[in-house]
Amino acid sequence: MAILTCDNLSFGYEGRALIRSLSFTVQAGDYLCIVGENGSGKSTLMRTILGLQAPISGKVIFGEGLKQTEIGYLPQQTLVQRDFPASVREIVLSGCQGRLGLRPFYGAQEKQRAAEAMEKLGIAGLSGRCYRELSGGQQQRVLLARALCATEKLLLLDEPVAGLDPMATEEMYRLIEQLNKEGTTLIMISHDMHYALGHASHILQIGSDWFFGSKADYLRSAVGRNYLRGKREART
Amino acid sequence: MSLLLSYLQYPFVRYALIVGTLIALCSSLFGVTLVLKRFSFIGDGLSHVAFGAIAVATVLHLNNQMLFVLPATVLCAVLLLQAGQNAKIKGDAAIAMLSVGALAIGYLLMNLFSTSSNLSGDVCSTLFGSTSILTLTKTEVWLSIGLSLLVVAVFVLFYNKIFAVTFDEGFARATGLPASLYNLLIAVIIAVIIVLAMNLVGSLLISALVIFPALSAMRLFKSFRAVTICSAVLSVVCAFSGIVISILAETPVGSTVVAVDIAAFGIFCLAGKLKKA
Repeated sequence: MAILTCDNLSFGYEGRALIRSLSFTVQAGDYLCIVGENGSGKSTLMRTILGLQAPISGKVIFGEGLKQTEIGYLPQQTLVQRDFPASVREIVLSGCQGRLGLRPFYGAQEKQRAAEAMEKLGIAGLSGRCYRELSGGQQQRVLLARALCATEKLLLLDEPVAGLDPMATEEMYRLIEQLNKEGTTLIMISHDMHYALGHASHILQIGSDWFFGSKADYLRSAVGRNYLRGKREART
Repeated sequence: MSLLLSYLQYPFVRYALIVGTLIALCSSLFGVTLVLKRFSFIGDGLSHVAFGAIAVATVLHLNNQMLFVLPATVLCAVLLLQAGQNAKIKGDAAIAMLSVGALAIGYLLMNLFSTSSNLSGDVCSTLFGSTSILTLTKTEVWLSIGLSLLVVAVFVLFYNKIFAVTFDEGFARATGLPASLYNLLIAVIIAVIIVLAMNLVGSLLISALVIFPALSAMRLFKSFRAVTICSAVLSVVCAFSGIVISILAETPVGSTVVAVDIAAFGIFCLAGKLKKA
């Protein structure tokens, strides 16, 4: 059974659909890249999958015992966060919030989990540092560690390398691929078509005509060829 | 010093100190969240609503005004929060409307129906809290103590959840935290704090009590916990010394406390700059 199925999904804002009748499935271990023009609804799709907004019609179904609240989520940074006084440890720990339920305080188990996540992403040495004083790449790794605290099964990443310098981008991609190799299913919004075609297992392109399939299928499809041609022309 | 000790013989001075510091503690705890969530103006709007509610209570000749003012302010807090989320009229505009509306209607009512011979004194007292902290009845003191303890207890119990909702509401919601419920909780608590704080500083100056300690602490400290603790300690110290100074120097209580808060903010700003350099 698939870990995530979107069945005939229409989503958008205030009853106006951006995308109609979108269907796709994600198997455990997949690495799906969502590509498309700005404003085509990539982030809205992600918010719909996360249950942050209701779909207009259709369904989002989770499989393999995954609950909607067990998705790790790496959102784009908000203005509030940029000057937020919080230590790295506090932020990573807050990823365990879903596990707490009604318990008010974090226990040894949650602290252990947060420590492991920080270790994994190479930010254990930063745990006492202030979030707003970190570099962009370090901040992203903190938010990724927080997402790992929520789950290791399925991660949703919304443009994880936006605004990072080339070095930090490469490092972020390396960490993400590492997680995928260790069995985490990934869904990532990306602007970097070149990267997506190099590393993802599946591609979902949304926009006026959408496409879902494996990478090889995408390269053969009319949609994919069109999109790539458009990109190439824009570059020259 | 001996003058201060002689003043402490009077129960009303002791009440003022106890209630004043408790109020300062409560307001500073939630101040950090308010500032970070960009909710500062909600505090300001609600304080004006509380002024309107007091005017209504005065006109109705209620014995215990708090019993009317508290639910009215809580109700407005809930309404404002909903307005902020639905955004037919944008949140900030709704707050501006409600706050000036409440001020105008409140003053109008007081003018039309007041039986008091000293109307402008009454108004001034509600706006700037000139003497109300020194004229608390025993019931009001106990009510204030009870509500303060409740606010502190809620803050401690929900500390981690409040942090999660403040830092990243979307993420908190996605991982199953009922974020709107916690927003509601925060709004209700803020309303309670404001009604409490009206006694100390009056309705115009409440925001200062909520915002200044938090902003000061944020100049110097780098973790949420340190900022929260610092702002609580700072607020209590400022309120205590402000009340003492006002008694000794015979200045109005509310504005003296706020002046001390402002001075502390200046010192923290300077210290923050020095630390960086």
